[in-house]
Amino acid sequence: MPNKLYKTAMDAFSDLKAKGVLRDGITVMVGGFGLCGIPEHLILALRDSGVKDLTCISNNAGVDDWGLGLLLQTRQIKKMISSYVGENANFEQQFLKGELEVEFNPQGTLAERIRAGGAGIPAFFTATGVGTLVAEKKDTRQFYKPGDGVGGKTLASANHPGKQTREYVMETGLFADLALVKAHKADEFGNLVYRKTARNFNPMMATAAHMTIAEVDQIVPIGSLDADQIHTPGAFVKRIVQTVSQKRIEQRTVAGAVAAKK
Amino acid sequence: MPLTREQICQRAAQELKDGFIVNLGIGMPTLVANYVPAGMDVWLQSENGLLGMGPFPEDAAVDAELINAGKQTITARPGASFFSSSDSFGMIRGGHIDLCILGAMEVSQEGDLANWMVPGKMVKGMGGAMDLVAGVKRVVVTMEHTSKNGSSKVVPACTLPLTGKRCVDMIITELCVLEMDPEMDPSRRRFVLKQVAPGVTVDEVKAKTAAEIIIPANVGIVGG
Repeated sequence: MPNKLYKTAMDAFSDLKAKGVLRDGITVMVGGFGLCGIPEHLILALRDSGVKDLTCISNNAGVDDWGLGLLLQTRQIKKMISSYVGENANFEQQFLKGELEVEFNPQGTLAERIRAGGAGIPAFFTATGVGTLVAEKKDTRQFYKPGDGVGGKTLASANHPGKQTREYVMETGLFADLALVKAHKADEFGNLVYRKTARNFNPMMATAAHMTIAEVDQIVPIGSLDADQIHTPGAFVKRIVQTVSQKRIEQRTVAGAVAAKK
Repeated sequence: MPLTREQICQRAAQELKDGFIVNLGIGMPTLVANYVPAGMDVWLQSENGLLGMGPFPEDAAVDAELINAGKQTITARPGASFFSSSDSFGMIRGGHIDLCILGAMEVSQEGDLANWMVPGKMVKGMGGAMDLVAGVKRVVVTMEHTSKNGSSKVVPACTLPLTGKRCVDMIITELCVLEMDPEMDPSRRRFVLKQVAPGVTVDEVKAKTAAEIIIPANVGIVGG
């Protein structure tokens, strides 16, 4: 079995330029929701590799001094595909100056585009975003709703009196050159187990790139993970690095506190 | 007296039913969780991948890997489950969430919602709002009835970019409760004035509402 284990994030990146995987202009998926479940050391290694003009697919863009915010500081990102970027002042400045391109996707559409890309599905239809800016210049089609007894049939396929059709917009699958994900545990084959809400976008991203590198809290021997409890099968993971993460908290809220106001 | 923020949340909590699976938006809607009626079991879904969200943790139990969609540290109640973002939005898009409560900048008289973008201002993104309003069975908006300059936020047609079309089922403001009539012909969707806040008159609601709304013979009082 080929070795998937690397000592450090830098090691995992060391031959990627020579292999042509890591170069200017590539598309990189980066897991995490806010700062929760981000591959901290792999992001640092990506920054230190110096590649630029990156398209980053990530739900958020980190904060100014952590996560993908680090690659915004160094201006290595040309374009972000995200659903929400509210926590980052660098982002705002570069965006307003026209130095950074942004494609906003509804969060569920983003998740499904990644899932679809990893599953070999080039496109799908969703009701999310119909009638909004998101659907502009995209194909739309009328379908009967799933669950209404004639679900999945197109308007043209049959006439169903009394059944309402709904408009859906076509969205395309996403597939990246490189995916950087964070899991809690891996075994030596690359089977991954995530922890709590640090799972978020990581499982889909692990499936949707030519090269997936997983950063984990703990690597365990093959056979020590319960096969029934594995979230990402090892087929999707090419490289594994064990690290000690900072796991920064964005909003520390404790019992007795009042929920944040708008 | 117009309703306070707390009273708006209290009123919104009356839309909950036992066993409901509910997604609460960031900000005022989050506070609705404080008013779940005693004895009622409601399951809170957080779109970052948790069903069965509990209250904020004790200081010693704070876990960086257990957060809600507002990135606040929270807890998971017994019976909770964690899942990926694609499973989470499968739950949302697939119609498995009973109710969502969220804020708004504008709602049109047909129930179009605008709550994510003001042209010319920094755009932060729509997050999960478009998926929620397209997929959740019932969408309740809590918001102030008028903007800071006094103009109505319930409008004939939204001027801001939309989050979703014809998706809002109920609006709760400091002045009143407006509910979309589900039996109304789809081509003539309008909100019905269900309740006014104690001491607020129907005429005041009419004066502060730019949208065409239906005013029935009997309008209830919030909490009455």
